[in-house]
Amino acid sequence: MSHCQSPIWSAPAGQATVAVLGMPNTGKSTFFSQLTGSHAHIGNWPGLTVDLLQADLDLEGRPAQLVDLPGIYDLRGHSEDEAVVRRFLESTPIDLVVVILNASQIDRQLRLALQVRQLGLPALLLLNMADEARRFGVVIDAEHLGAELGLPVLLVSAKYRRGLAQARQAMVRQLGGASGPAAPGVAAPPAAIPLLEPLLEAGEPELPGRMAALLAAAVSLPPQWRDRLTRRLDGLLLHPWLGLPLFFLAMALMFQVIYAIGVPLQEALGALLDAFGKGVLTPLLSGLPPFLKGFLLDGLYQGLGTVTAFLPVIFLFFLAMGVVEDSGYLSRAAYLMDAFMERLGLDGRSFVLALMGFGCNVPAILGTRVMRSSGLRLLSMLIIPFSLCSARLNVFLFMAAAFFPARQGGLVIFGLYLMSFAAAIVTALLFKGRFNSSEPLVLELPPYRFPTLRQMLNRAWAEVRHFWFWARRFIVFGVVAVWLLNNLPLGVAPASDASLSGQLGELLQPLLGPIGINPKLTVALVFGFIAKEIVLGGLAVIYGQADPAALGRAVAADVSWTQAVSFMLFTLLYTPCLSTVAVIRSESKRLGFTVFSVVWSFLLAWLVSFGFFQGASLLQQLGVLG
Amino acid sequence: MRTVPLLADLVPGQSATIASLAADSGLGQRLAALGLRPGQRVELLRRASWGGPLHLRVGMTELMLRRRDAARVGITALGGAA
Repeated sequence: MSHCQSPIWSAPAGQATVAVLGMPNTGKSTFFSQLTGSHAHIGNWPGLTVDLLQADLDLEGRPAQLVDLPGIYDLRGHSEDEAVVRRFLESTPIDLVVVILNASQIDRQLRLALQVRQLGLPALLLLNMADEARRFGVVIDAEHLGAELGLPVLLVSAKYRRGLAQARQAMVRQLGGASGPAAPGVAAPPAAIPLLEPLLEAGEPELPGRMAALLAAAVSLPPQWRDRLTRRLDGLLLHPWLGLPLFFLAMALMFQVIYAIGVPLQEALGALLDAFGKGVLTPLLSGLPPFLKGFLLDGLYQGLGTVTAFLPVIFLFFLAMGVVEDSGYLSRAAYLMDAFMERLGLDGRSFVLALMGFGCNVPAILGTRVMRSSGLRLLSMLIIPFSLCSARLNVFLFMAAAFFPARQGGLVIFGLYLMSFAAAIVTALLFKGRFNSSEPLVLELPPYRFPTLRQMLNRAWAEVRHFWFWARRFIVFGVVAVWLLNNLPLGVAPASDASLSGQLGELLQPLLGPIGINPKLTVALVFGFIAKEIVLGGLAVIYGQADPAALGRAVAADVSWTQAVSFMLFTLLYTPCLSTVAVIRSESKRLGFTVFSVVWSFLLAWLVSFGFFQGASLLQQLGVLG
Repeated sequence: MRTVPLLADLVPGQSATIASLAADSGLGQRLAALGLRPGQRVELLRRASWGGPLHLRVGMTELMLRRRDAARVGITALGGAA
């Protein structure tokens, strides 16, 4: 492993650096967000290639910055996240490490706390999910354990906000009180540890013995597994042949509920926004010159309004995904799908990441970091962009509503989900030979848990805010650009053949004509390369309608249903957005692979749309299809 | 030649003690961090169909492990249901 010389970073004078370290599935992130509220931001750390979540915190007058390190199993481990944590500890002077472990798994997780002790870093140990541990019959004498370890040990339950105040107090004490180190000139400022490995290696032989002694002294484990709920649920949900059908049934039900609640909300919100535009904004802006008025109303407001109407569906989607993830069912999906994924050259984790990609592709691609084998990582990155993300869902919900009656529309959406899976499967089968992997797979299956309502709402809200933040940026840019293309050169009829967008559409006709994409749809697709959020806003501007219902009628009057389906297929399969391309580039560190991924998705999109459109047209000529 | 019993040979409900790990250091470390280390008691809860992974319990932790990887873990003392 190379140790690149990174600049030594230090916090502003007086500000303490507190690192939060823990194993995966210990509720570390929950603790972090409960402690810091919504003030966390992404920080860029020198020497690290990844961004870490951090937040400023006032610890009884002592300013501190809390850094959320990636969840790791072992400070000596070989995964990328483990290397990130090592590099962070080697390059950053740290005042306090808050180690978070899952209390009910203290029998194995104590190891990480001992490794931190070996490094001699000032530390505090929080045993999270203490409620669960008690329920499972794990009894921990925290005081005794603390005395043996030589650091404060607290039992907490971050999810239910229990023990957080005490944890905060302990952090203050460990940092030397409110005023900082007792005697400023005397206490040595913290120094980074230049090399962790020699210290850890030296301590390794005595680890098992130390662990066994500590567990014997301070922990009492139940003779038998007590989690009857998990045992029973797994008997059904992981059943050798009932498990998978139940999983797909659960997913199908989830989507049904999302649409059943979300679509009426979306229609109501769309109508409301349209009424506001017509009733309030139009009279308000009537004094402006027509060009500027058109730009603000027909461009910006319509574009933003159309996408805003879809926020309720996105909120519900993230809410449901959050429940599935936090309940522990998502890890079971990895178990259920692994045999199938193995035959595609992937594994259960790839499936889970592709599923997360249905929310947004970007974090799903970042999630491939847990994989060590580069072949497996690249192949996973190749299939994730085919996951029908929430931005594309906007477009499909809209098109399906515009072109099909409700019942058929639902089937079209379902078909697009199937196509999304099919594209990923075909891609994996075609290229698994080029991205070989024999990476072992060992994953934890956590007990089933009931997520709290508050936690779920917070999370879904944060996701929607994130979506809206990105969407707004892209939409404002995209909508402005589309509007300008439609209305330049000055004096042309908007979006006519003479306008820039008309010319662009004509230029690409030889390529997109055969798949049924007319010049107007072409402009939407071109901008959709930047982000799918623009597609709908762009269509709103091109057709001059903001209310989704009115826009739907305008589009339906202009293109046939076969053209619309071809447009949807192309939108589903070609490059999801520039952010995804950027993150593939930064995660794969290979330009060639990134180009390949983009070119392949375009090719597949074109071929599938071509096949559909020409096939459907032929059937229509033969009179088989309406 | 005597063959060593392997973790992959357990049937659901059986438990055994881990004797050896024939894994490279990366996998070995990951297994150890999840509690699969020599001397530990492990119980097989179930096997996924179609050659899929094993569902195991070690101490207070439940895991899934591919059969291929479970074939690198030697065990002793096959026992009945825990």
